[in-house]
Amino acid sequence: MAVRRYTWSYPYFIFLAIFAVLPLILVAVYAFQDAQGHFTFANVTRFFSDSNALNTFAVSIEVAIENTLICLLLGYPAAWILANKKYNSSMVTVILFMLPMWVNALMRTLATAELFNMLGVGLGKGTLLFGMVYDYLPFMIYPIYNVLNKMDNSYAEAAADLGANPMQVFWKITVPLSKAGIVSGILMVFMPTVSTFAISEFLTNNKIKLFGTIIQENINSSMWNYGAALALIMLIIIGLTSLLSDNEEKEMEEGAL
Amino acid sequence: MIRKFFAQAYIWLLLIILYAPILFIAVFSFTESKVLGNWTGFSTKLYENLTQGSLDGGSSLMSALQNTLIIAVVAAALSTLLGTMAAIGMFYLRGGKKKAITFMNNIPIINPDIITGVSLFLLFIFMRITQGYTSVILAHITFCTPYVVLSVLPKMSQMNPNIYEAARDLGATQFQALRKVVIPQLIPGMVSGFILAFTMSLDDFAVTFFTRGTIGLDTLSTYIYADARKGGLTPELRPLMTIIFLTILVLLIIINIRQQRLAQRNELKK
Repeated sequence: MAVRRYTWSYPYFIFLAIFAVLPLILVAVYAFQDAQGHFTFANVTRFFSDSNALNTFAVSIEVAIENTLICLLLGYPAAWILANKKYNSSMVTVILFMLPMWVNALMRTLATAELFNMLGVGLGKGTLLFGMVYDYLPFMIYPIYNVLNKMDNSYAEAAADLGANPMQVFWKITVPLSKAGIVSGILMVFMPTVSTFAISEFLTNNKIKLFGTIIQENINSSMWNYGAALALIMLIIIGLTSLLSDNEEKEMEEGAL
Repeated sequence: MIRKFFAQAYIWLLLIILYAPILFIAVFSFTESKVLGNWTGFSTKLYENLTQGSLDGGSSLMSALQNTLIIAVVAAALSTLLGTMAAIGMFYLRGGKKKAITFMNNIPIINPDIITGVSLFLLFIFMRITQGYTSVILAHITFCTPYVVLSVLPKMSQMNPNIYEAARDLGATQFQALRKVVIPQLIPGMVSGFILAFTMSLDDFAVTFFTRGTIGLDTLSTYIYADARKGGLTPELRPLMTIIFLTILVLLIIINIRQQRLAQRNELKK
Protein backbone atom coordinates (compact mmCIF):
# COMPACT_ATOMS: atom_id res chain seq x y z
CA MET A 1 0.00 0.00 0.00
CA ALA A 2 1.61 3.20 -1.17
CA VAL A 3 1.81 6.15 1.18
CA ARG A 4 0.29 9.29 -0.26
CA ARG A 5 2.99 11.85 -0.88
CA TYR A 6 1.20 14.74 0.79
CA THR A 7 1.42 12.91 4.11
CA TRP A 8 5.11 13.89 4.12
CA SER A 9 4.03 17.32 5.32
CA TYR A 10 2.25 15.93 8.41
CA PRO A 11 5.28 15.88 10.75
CA TYR A 12 5.84 19.56 9.98
CA PHE A 13 2.14 20.21 10.50
CA ILE A 14 2.40 18.80 14.02
CA PHE A 15 5.68 20.62 14.63
CA LEU A 16 4.18 23.97 13.60
CA ALA A 17 1.07 23.36 15.72
CA ILE A 18 3.28 22.87 18.79
CA PHE A 19 6.03 25.41 18.14
CA ALA A 20 4.33 28.17 16.15
CA VAL A 21 0.61 28.16 17.00
CA LEU A 22 0.50 26.93 20.59
CA PRO A 23 3.11 29.49 21.82
CA LEU A 24 1.01 32.36 20.43
CA ILE A 25 -2.08 30.97 22.16
CA LEU A 26 -0.03 30.77 25.35
CA VAL A 27 0.93 34.45 25.02
CA ALA A 28 -2.77 35.32 24.96
CA VAL A 29 -3.55 32.95 27.85
CA TYR A 30 -0.77 34.30 30.07
CA ALA A 31 -1.72 37.88 29.19
CA PHE A 32 -5.17 37.36 30.75
CA GLN A 33 -4.01 35.56 33.88
CA ASP A 34 -2.69 36.80 37.18
CA ALA A 35 0.28 35.18 38.91
CA GLN A 36 -2.04 32.58 40.51
CA GLY A 37 -3.49 31.60 37.14
CA HIS A 38 -6.90 33.28 37.58
CA PHE A 39 -8.51 35.12 34.69
CA THR A 40 -8.00 38.89 34.79
CA PHE A 41 -7.88 42.00 32.61
CA ALA A 42 -5.45 43.62 35.03
CA ASN A 43 -2.34 43.13 32.83
CA VAL A 44 -3.92 44.85 29.84
CA THR A 45 -5.43 47.71 31.86
CA ARG A 46 -2.08 48.12 33.62
CA PHE A 47 -0.44 48.92 30.28
CA PHE A 48 -2.98 51.62 29.49
CA SER A 49 -2.48 53.27 32.89
CA ASP A 50 1.31 52.83 32.93
CA SER A 51 2.57 56.16 31.58
CA ASN A 52 6.10 54.80 31.40
CA ALA A 53 5.09 51.91 29.15
CA LEU A 54 2.80 54.11 27.04
CA ASN A 55 5.62 56.60 26.53
CA THR A 56 8.04 53.88 25.53
CA PHE A 57 5.44 52.54 23.15
CA ALA A 58 4.99 55.95 21.51
CA VAL A 59 8.76 56.47 21.25
CA SER A 60 9.19 53.04 19.65
CA ILE A 61 6.58 53.71 17.00
CA GLU A 62 8.11 57.14 16.32
CA VAL A 63 11.65 55.77 16.00
CA ALA A 64 10.40 52.93 13.80
CA ILE A 65 8.59 55.32 11.44
CA GLU A 66 11.59 57.65 11.24
CA ASN A 67 13.96 54.77 10.68
CA THR A 68 11.76 53.30 7.95
CA LEU A 69 11.48 56.65 6.17
CA ILE A 70 15.22 57.33 6.27
CA CYS A 71 15.98 53.79 5.06
CA LEU A 72 13.53 54.24 2.19
CA LEU A 73 14.94 57.65 1.20
CA LEU A 74 18.54 56.41 1.29
CA GLY A 75 17.85 52.89 0.10
CA TYR A 76 15.63 53.47 -2.92
CA PRO A 77 18.21 55.49 -4.89
CA ALA A 78 20.87 52.96 -3.94
CA ALA A 79 18.72 50.03 -5.10
CA TRP A 80 17.90 51.90 -8.31
CA ILE A 81 21.55 52.61 -9.08
CA LEU A 82 22.57 49.03 -8.27
CA ALA A 83 19.88 47.62 -10.56
CA ASN A 84 20.77 50.03 -13.38
CA LYS A 85 23.21 48.41 -15.81
CA LYS A 86 24.48 51.81 -16.95
CA TYR A 87 25.79 52.70 -13.50
CA ASN A 88 26.63 49.38 -12.00
CA SER A 89 27.67 46.25 -13.82
CA SER A 90 29.38 44.38 -11.04
CA MET A 91 27.72 41.91 -8.72
CA VAL A 92 30.36 42.60 -6.07
CA THR A 93 28.90 45.97 -5.02
CA VAL A 94 25.52 44.30 -4.57
CA ILE A 95 27.09 41.61 -2.40
CA LEU A 96 28.87 44.29 -0.38
CA PHE A 97 25.49 45.81 0.48
CA MET A 98 24.06 42.45 1.52
CA LEU A 99 27.09 41.34 3.50
CA PRO A 100 26.42 43.27 6.74
CA MET A 101 23.15 41.29 7.08
CA TRP A 102 25.31 38.25 7.76
CA VAL A 103 27.37 39.86 10.48
CA ASN A 104 26.18 39.61 14.05
CA ALA A 105 23.87 42.59 14.57
CA LEU A 106 24.89 43.08 18.19
CA MET A 107 28.54 43.26 17.25
CA ARG A 108 27.86 45.78 14.50
CA THR A 109 25.78 47.88 16.89
CA LEU A 110 28.45 47.84 19.57
CA ALA A 111 31.09 48.80 17.03
CA THR A 112 28.93 51.73 15.95
CA ALA A 113 28.47 52.84 19.57
CA GLU A 114 32.22 52.57 20.21
CA LEU A 115 32.97 54.53 17.05
CA PHE A 116 30.67 57.32 18.27
CA ASN A 117 32.40 57.24 21.65
CA MET A 118 35.82 57.60 20.03
CA LEU A 119 34.62 60.47 17.85
CA GLY A 120 33.20 62.15 20.96
CA VAL A 121 29.59 62.11 19.75
CA GLY A 122 27.13 62.00 22.66
CA LEU A 123 24.86 58.95 22.64
CA GLY A 124 21.15 59.75 22.30
CA LYS A 125 18.31 59.96 19.80
CA GLY A 126 20.59 60.88 16.91
CA THR A 127 23.00 58.00 17.41
CA LEU A 128 20.05 55.65 17.95
CA LEU A 129 18.59 56.58 14.55
CA PHE A 130 21.96 56.37 12.86
CA GLY A 131 22.59 52.93 14.30
CA MET A 132 19.11 51.73 13.35
CA VAL A 133 19.48 52.97 9.78
CA TYR A 134 22.89 51.36 9.67
CA ASP A 135 21.46 48.03 10.86
CA TYR A 136 18.37 47.96 8.65
CA LEU A 137 19.37 49.74 5.41
CA PRO A 138 20.39 46.47 3.69
CA PHE A 139 16.94 45.03 4.46
CA MET A 140 15.37 47.95 2.58
CA ILE A 141 17.76 47.88 -0.36
CA TYR A 142 17.58 44.13 -0.99
CA PRO A 143 13.85 43.65 -1.80
CA ILE A 144 13.70 46.88 -3.85
CA TYR A 145 16.83 45.90 -5.78
CA ASN A 146 15.33 42.47 -6.49
CA VAL A 147 12.16 43.92 -7.95
CA LEU A 148 13.96 46.61 -9.96
CA ASN A 149 16.45 44.08 -11.29
CA LYS A 150 13.72 41.79 -12.63
CA MET A 151 11.63 44.64 -13.99
CA ASP A 152 10.98 44.62 -17.71
CA ASN A 153 12.85 47.63 -19.06
CA SER A 154 10.59 47.94 -22.12
CA TYR A 155 7.89 49.69 -20.06
CA ALA A 156 10.27 52.52 -19.23
CA GLU A 157 11.51 52.62 -22.83
CA ALA A 158 7.95 52.70 -24.16
CA ALA A 159 7.11 55.60 -21.85
CA ALA A 160 10.22 57.47 -22.99
CA ASP A 161 9.34 56.81 -26.66
CA LEU A 162 5.89 58.20 -26.04
CA GLY A 163 7.44 61.45 -24.81
CA ALA A 164 7.78 61.09 -21.04
CA ASN A 165 10.79 62.86 -19.57
CA PRO A 166 13.10 60.89 -17.25
CA MET A 167 11.40 62.25 -14.11
CA GLN A 168 8.00 61.20 -15.39
CA VAL A 169 9.32 57.77 -16.35
CA PHE A 170 10.72 57.38 -12.85
CA TRP A 171 7.63 58.49 -10.92
CA LYS A 172 4.97 57.02 -13.21
CA ILE A 173 6.62 53.76 -14.31
CA THR A 174 9.56 52.72 -12.16
CA VAL A 175 8.18 53.57 -8.73
CA PRO A 176 4.70 52.04 -9.22
CA LEU A 177 6.21 48.88 -10.71
CA SER A 178 8.55 48.50 -7.75
CA LYS A 179 5.74 48.86 -5.18
CA ALA A 180 6.02 45.22 -4.11
CA GLY A 181 9.68 45.73 -3.22
CA ILE A 182 8.92 48.94 -1.33
CA VAL A 183 6.17 47.25 0.69
CA SER A 184 8.32 44.30 1.69
CA GLY A 185 11.25 46.63 2.43
CA ILE A 186 9.06 48.70 4.74
CA LEU A 187 7.85 45.55 6.50
CA MET A 188 11.37 44.21 6.88
CA VAL A 189 12.52 47.46 8.50
CA PHE A 190 9.48 48.64 10.46
CA MET A 191 8.56 45.49 12.39
CA PRO A 192 12.04 44.59 13.64
CA THR A 193 12.65 48.22 14.67
CA VAL A 194 9.58 48.29 16.91
CA SER A 195 10.64 45.08 18.57
CA THR A 196 14.40 45.42 18.98
CA PHE A 197 15.92 45.31 22.36
CA ALA A 198 19.60 45.58 23.29
CA ILE A 199 20.30 47.74 20.23
CA SER A 200 18.64 50.82 21.71
CA GLU A 201 20.30 50.29 25.08
CA PHE A 202 23.77 50.22 23.55
CA LEU A 203 23.25 53.11 21.15
CA THR A 204 21.84 55.49 23.75
CA ASN A 205 23.61 54.34 26.88
CA ASN A 206 20.22 53.23 28.29
CA LYS A 207 18.81 56.72 27.82
CA ILE A 208 16.09 55.66 25.37
CA LYS A 209 14.12 52.47 25.89
CA LEU A 210 12.16 50.81 23.14
CA PHE A 211 9.10 48.60 23.50
CA GLY A 212 11.12 45.41 23.07
CA THR A 213 13.25 46.35 26.06
CA ILE A 214 10.32 46.61 28.47
CA ILE A 215 8.98 43.24 27.30
CA GLN A 216 12.39 41.75 27.99
CA GLU A 217 12.69 43.46 31.40
CA ASN A 218 9.33 42.10 32.53
CA ILE A 219 9.99 38.57 31.33
CA ASN A 220 13.45 38.55 32.91
CA SER A 221 12.16 39.78 36.26
CA SER A 222 9.62 36.93 36.23
CA MET A 223 6.63 39.19 35.55
CA TRP A 224 5.55 36.78 32.82
CA ASN A 225 1.91 37.79 32.77
CA TYR A 226 2.53 41.49 32.23
CA GLY A 227 5.31 40.66 29.75
CA ALA A 228 2.89 38.42 27.87
CA ALA A 229 0.30 41.21 27.80
CA LEU A 230 2.87 43.58 26.27
CA ALA A 231 3.88 40.90 23.75
CA LEU A 232 0.20 40.42 22.88
CA ILE A 233 -0.13 44.15 22.14
CA MET A 234 2.88 43.93 19.83
CA LEU A 235 1.40 40.84 18.16
CA ILE A 236 -1.82 42.73 17.43
CA ILE A 237 0.15 45.54 15.78
CA ILE A 238 2.06 43.02 13.67
CA GLY A 239 -1.17 41.30 12.69
CA LEU A 240 -2.68 44.62 11.60
CA THR A 241 0.42 45.68 9.63
CA SER A 242 0.63 42.40 7.76
CA LEU A 243 -3.10 42.50 6.98
CA LEU A 244 -2.63 45.97 5.51
CA SER A 245 0.31 44.86 3.39
CA ASP A 246 -1.66 41.77 2.26
CA ASN A 247 -4.39 44.07 0.97
CA GLU A 248 -1.75 46.11 -0.84
CA GLU A 249 -0.42 42.99 -2.52
CA LYS A 250 -3.88 41.83 -3.54
CA GLU A 251 -4.60 45.22 -5.05
CA MET A 252 -1.37 45.07 -6.98
CA GLU A 253 -2.12 41.59 -8.30
CA GLU A 254 -5.52 42.81 -9.45
CA GLY A 255 -3.84 45.83 -11.01
CA ALA A 256 -1.48 43.54 -12.90
CA LEU A 257 -4.41 41.70 -14.48
CA MET B 1 29.51 60.68 -17.44
CA ILE B 2 28.79 63.13 -14.62
CA ARG B 3 25.64 61.22 -13.71
CA LYS B 4 27.54 57.99 -13.59
CA PHE B 5 30.13 59.62 -11.35
CA PHE B 6 27.48 60.87 -8.91
CA ALA B 7 25.66 57.53 -8.92
CA GLN B 8 28.83 55.67 -8.10
CA ALA B 9 29.96 58.24 -5.56
CA TYR B 10 26.61 57.79 -3.76
CA ILE B 11 26.98 54.00 -3.70
CA TRP B 12 30.53 54.15 -2.40
CA LEU B 13 29.69 56.77 0.22
CA LEU B 14 26.93 54.53 1.59
CA LEU B 15 29.27 51.56 1.55
CA ILE B 16 31.97 53.48 3.41
CA ILE B 17 29.47 54.46 6.12
CA LEU B 18 28.11 50.90 6.31
CA TYR B 19 31.56 49.45 6.68
CA ALA B 20 33.13 52.07 8.95
CA PRO B 21 32.32 50.26 12.23
CA ILE B 22 33.43 46.89 10.82
CA LEU B 23 36.69 48.39 9.55
CA PHE B 24 37.11 50.10 12.90
CA ILE B 25 36.94 46.71 14.65
CA ALA B 26 39.27 45.12 12.12
CA VAL B 27 41.89 47.87 12.49
CA PHE B 28 41.80 47.73 16.28
CA SER B 29 42.13 43.96 16.27
CA PHE B 30 45.82 44.61 15.53
CA THR B 31 46.61 46.38 18.76
CA GLU B 32 46.80 45.13 22.32
CA SER B 33 44.80 47.86 23.99
CA LYS B 34 41.95 46.70 26.24
CA VAL B 35 39.81 49.69 25.24
CA LEU B 36 38.47 49.83 21.72
CA GLY B 37 39.64 53.02 20.00
CA ASN B 38 42.90 53.34 21.86
CA TRP B 39 45.85 52.53 19.58
CA THR B 40 48.86 51.22 21.47
CA GLY B 41 50.98 50.10 18.56
CA PHE B 42 50.77 47.26 16.08
CA SER B 43 50.52 43.80 17.56
CA THR B 44 49.07 40.43 16.64
CA LYS B 45 48.82 39.39 20.27
CA LEU B 46 45.03 39.27 20.24
CA TYR B 47 45.13 36.83 17.33
CA GLU B 48 47.69 34.71 19.16
CA ASN B 49 45.51 34.74 22.30
CA LEU B 50 42.61 33.59 20.20
CA THR B 51 44.41 30.67 18.58
CA GLN B 52 46.03 29.57 21.82
CA GLY B 53 42.81 30.01 23.76
CA SER B 54 44.62 31.86 26.54
CA LEU B 55 42.09 34.61 27.00
CA ASP B 56 41.89 37.07 29.82
CA GLY B 57 38.21 36.37 30.15
CA GLY B 58 38.90 32.67 30.57
CA SER B 59 37.98 30.23 27.84
CA SER B 60 34.33 31.32 28.00
CA LEU B 61 34.62 33.09 24.64
CA MET B 62 35.84 29.89 22.99
CA SER B 63 33.08 27.81 24.57
CA ALA B 64 30.52 30.41 23.43
CA LEU B 65 31.89 30.13 19.90
CA GLN B 66 31.73 26.34 20.12
CA ASN B 67 28.12 26.43 21.37
CA THR B 68 27.17 28.82 18.56
CA LEU B 69 28.62 26.53 15.89
CA ILE B 70 27.16 23.31 17.34
CA ILE B 71 23.70 24.86 17.67
CA ALA B 72 23.87 26.31 14.15
CA VAL B 73 24.98 23.03 12.53
CA VAL B 74 22.46 20.86 14.39
CA ALA B 75 19.58 23.31 13.93
CA ALA B 76 20.36 23.85 10.23
CA ALA B 77 20.67 20.11 9.54
CA LEU B 78 17.42 19.23 11.31
CA SER B 79 15.62 22.20 9.71
CA THR B 80 16.78 21.08 6.27
CA LEU B 81 15.50 17.54 6.90
CA LEU B 82 12.15 18.66 8.32
CA GLY B 83 11.72 21.47 5.78
CA THR B 84 12.52 19.29 2.74
CA MET B 85 10.07 16.59 3.82
CA ALA B 86 7.49 19.28 4.49
CA ALA B 87 8.06 20.94 1.08
CA ILE B 88 7.63 17.60 -0.78
CA GLY B 89 4.41 16.96 1.11
CA MET B 90 3.13 20.53 0.81
CA PHE B 91 3.55 20.47 -2.96
CA TYR B 92 0.97 17.67 -3.23
CA LEU B 93 -1.40 19.10 -0.62
CA ARG B 94 -4.55 20.76 -1.92
CA GLY B 95 -7.27 23.03 -0.63
CA GLY B 96 -7.75 23.96 3.00
CA LYS B 97 -4.89 21.89 4.34
CA LYS B 98 -2.45 23.60 1.97
CA LYS B 99 -3.73 27.04 2.98
CA ALA B 100 -3.49 26.13 6.67
CA ILE B 101 0.09 24.88 6.52
CA THR B 102 1.22 27.81 4.34
CA PHE B 103 -0.29 30.19 6.87
CA MET B 104 1.34 28.39 9.79
CA ASN B 105 4.67 28.34 7.94
CA ASN B 106 4.47 32.15 7.73
CA ILE B 107 4.02 32.66 11.48
CA PRO B 108 7.72 32.32 12.45
CA ILE B 109 8.72 34.44 9.42
CA ILE B 110 6.41 37.35 10.23
CA ASN B 111 6.94 37.29 14.01
CA PRO B 112 9.77 39.53 15.21
CA ASP B 113 12.50 37.68 17.11
CA ILE B 114 11.32 38.91 20.45
CA ILE B 115 7.80 37.49 19.98
CA THR B 116 9.23 34.14 18.84
CA GLY B 117 11.52 34.20 21.87
CA VAL B 118 8.93 35.17 24.47
CA SER B 119 6.24 32.84 23.12
CA LEU B 120 8.62 29.85 23.02
CA PHE B 121 9.81 30.76 26.52
CA LEU B 122 6.19 30.48 27.70
CA LEU B 123 5.79 27.21 25.78
CA PHE B 124 8.80 25.62 27.46
CA ILE B 125 7.53 26.74 30.86
CA PHE B 126 4.06 25.42 30.04
CA MET B 127 5.45 22.06 28.90
CA ARG B 128 7.90 21.98 31.80
CA ILE B 129 10.87 21.48 29.49
CA THR B 130 14.10 22.45 31.22
CA GLN B 131 15.66 25.22 29.15
CA GLY B 132 19.15 24.70 27.80
CA TYR B 133 20.68 23.16 24.68
CA THR B 134 17.51 21.27 23.67
CA SER B 135 15.18 24.23 24.00
CA VAL B 136 17.55 26.55 22.09
CA ILE B 137 17.91 24.04 19.24
CA LEU B 138 14.14 23.46 19.09
CA ALA B 139 13.62 27.23 19.01
CA HIS B 140 16.18 27.67 16.23
CA ILE B 141 14.53 24.88 14.19
CA THR B 142 11.26 26.77 14.61
CA PHE B 143 12.47 29.99 13.00
CA CYS B 144 14.80 28.32 10.43
CA THR B 145 12.56 25.64 8.89
CA PRO B 146 10.09 28.03 7.21
CA TYR B 147 13.00 29.44 5.16
CA VAL B 148 14.10 25.93 4.14
CA VAL B 149 10.53 25.22 3.02
CA LEU B 150 10.52 28.42 0.99
CA SER B 151 13.82 27.52 -0.71
CA VAL B 152 12.81 23.93 -1.54
CA LEU B 153 9.20 24.50 -2.66
CA PRO B 154 10.12 26.35 -5.90
CA LYS B 155 12.39 23.43 -6.87
CA MET B 156 9.39 21.11 -6.50
CA SER B 157 7.34 23.22 -8.89
CA GLN B 158 10.21 23.52 -11.38
CA MET B 159 10.59 19.75 -11.49
CA ASN B 160 9.09 17.83 -14.38
CA PRO B 161 6.33 15.80 -12.66
CA ASN B 162 6.58 13.03 -15.26
CA ILE B 163 10.02 11.85 -14.22
CA TYR B 164 8.70 10.65 -10.87
CA GLU B 165 5.93 8.76 -12.64
CA ALA B 166 8.47 7.40 -15.14
CA ALA B 167 10.62 6.07 -12.30
CA ARG B 168 7.58 4.39 -10.74
CA ASP B 169 6.55 2.87 -14.11
CA LEU B 170 10.05 1.50 -14.52
CA GLY B 171 9.64 -0.37 -11.25
CA ALA B 172 11.11 1.94 -8.62
CA THR B 173 9.37 1.82 -5.26
CA GLN B 174 7.92 5.06 -3.96
CA PHE B 175 10.86 5.53 -1.63
CA GLN B 176 13.44 4.75 -4.37
CA ALA B 177 11.77 7.22 -6.73
CA LEU B 178 11.92 9.92 -4.09
CA ARG B 179 15.49 9.20 -3.10
CA LYS B 180 16.98 8.71 -6.55
CA VAL B 181 14.83 11.01 -8.70
CA VAL B 182 13.13 13.70 -6.62
CA ILE B 183 15.71 14.48 -3.91
CA PRO B 184 18.63 15.03 -6.35
CA GLN B 185 16.60 17.72 -8.08
CA LEU B 186 15.89 19.41 -4.76
CA ILE B 187 19.51 19.57 -3.67
CA PRO B 188 20.20 23.18 -4.80
CA GLY B 189 17.17 24.34 -2.81
CA MET B 190 18.22 22.25 0.16
CA VAL B 191 21.74 23.67 0.08
CA SER B 192 20.56 27.28 -0.02
CA GLY B 193 18.01 26.46 2.69
CA PHE B 194 20.75 24.97 4.85
CA ILE B 195 23.04 27.98 4.36
CA LEU B 196 20.19 30.37 5.16
CA ALA B 197 19.25 28.40 8.29
CA PHE B 198 22.89 28.20 9.37
CA THR B 199 23.53 31.94 9.04
CA MET B 200 20.24 32.84 10.73
CA SER B 201 21.03 30.57 13.64
CA LEU B 202 24.55 32.05 13.91
CA ASP B 203 23.17 35.56 13.96
CA ASP B 204 20.33 35.00 16.38
CA PHE B 205 20.31 36.82 19.67
CA ALA B 206 16.76 37.43 20.90
CA VAL B 207 15.39 33.88 20.56
CA THR B 208 18.46 32.33 22.18
CA PHE B 209 18.33 34.92 24.94
CA PHE B 210 14.80 33.89 25.98
CA THR B 211 15.10 30.12 25.54
CA ARG B 212 18.53 29.30 26.96
CA GLY B 213 17.32 29.04 30.53
CA THR B 214 19.47 29.70 33.55
CA ILE B 215 22.13 27.01 33.19
CA GLY B 216 24.62 29.55 31.84
CA LEU B 217 24.54 28.43 28.20
CA ASP B 218 26.17 31.20 26.16
CA THR B 219 26.33 31.67 22.41
CA LEU B 220 28.47 34.35 20.78
CA SER B 221 25.53 36.80 20.77
CA THR B 222 24.54 36.35 24.40
CA TYR B 223 28.21 36.44 25.37
CA ILE B 224 28.68 39.76 23.60
CA TYR B 225 25.49 41.11 25.20
CA ALA B 226 26.56 40.17 28.72
CA ASP B 227 30.07 41.46 28.00
CA ALA B 228 28.84 44.84 26.81
CA ARG B 229 26.51 45.23 29.79
CA LYS B 230 29.46 44.67 32.11
CA GLY B 231 31.12 47.53 30.22
CA GLY B 232 33.88 46.96 27.73
CA LEU B 233 34.18 44.13 25.24
CA THR B 234 36.63 41.29 25.62
CA PRO B 235 39.47 42.45 23.32
CA GLU B 236 39.71 39.00 21.68
CA LEU B 237 36.26 39.54 20.18
CA ARG B 238 37.88 42.00 17.75
CA PRO B 239 40.08 39.46 15.93
CA LEU B 240 37.32 36.85 16.13
CA MET B 241 34.79 39.17 14.46
CA THR B 242 37.37 40.17 11.84
CA ILE B 243 37.99 36.52 10.96
CA ILE B 244 34.27 35.69 10.83
CA PHE B 245 33.63 38.72 8.65
CA LEU B 246 36.40 37.91 6.17
CA THR B 247 35.29 34.27 5.96
CA ILE B 248 31.72 35.28 5.13
CA LEU B 249 32.93 37.86 2.61
CA VAL B 250 35.08 35.33 0.74
CA LEU B 251 32.36 32.64 0.85
CA LEU B 252 29.67 34.95 -0.48
CA ILE B 253 31.85 36.23 -3.29
CA ILE B 254 32.83 32.68 -4.33
CA ILE B 255 29.19 31.50 -4.24
CA ASN B 256 28.08 34.46 -6.33
CA ILE B 257 30.82 34.15 -8.91
CA ARG B 258 30.01 30.44 -9.25
CA GLN B 259 26.35 31.22 -9.73
CA GLN B 260 27.12 33.81 -12.38
CA ARG B 261 29.34 31.36 -14.26
CA LEU B 262 26.63 28.70 -14.09
CA ALA B 263 24.07 31.19 -15.36
CA GLN B 264 26.38 32.19 -18.23
CA ARG B 265 26.97 28.54 -19.14
CA ASN B 266 23.24 27.92 -19.20
CA GLU B 267 22.81 30.95 -21.45
CA LEU B 268 25.42 29.56 -23.86
CA LYS B 269 23.70 26.17 -23.96
CA LYS B 270 20.48 27.81 -25.05
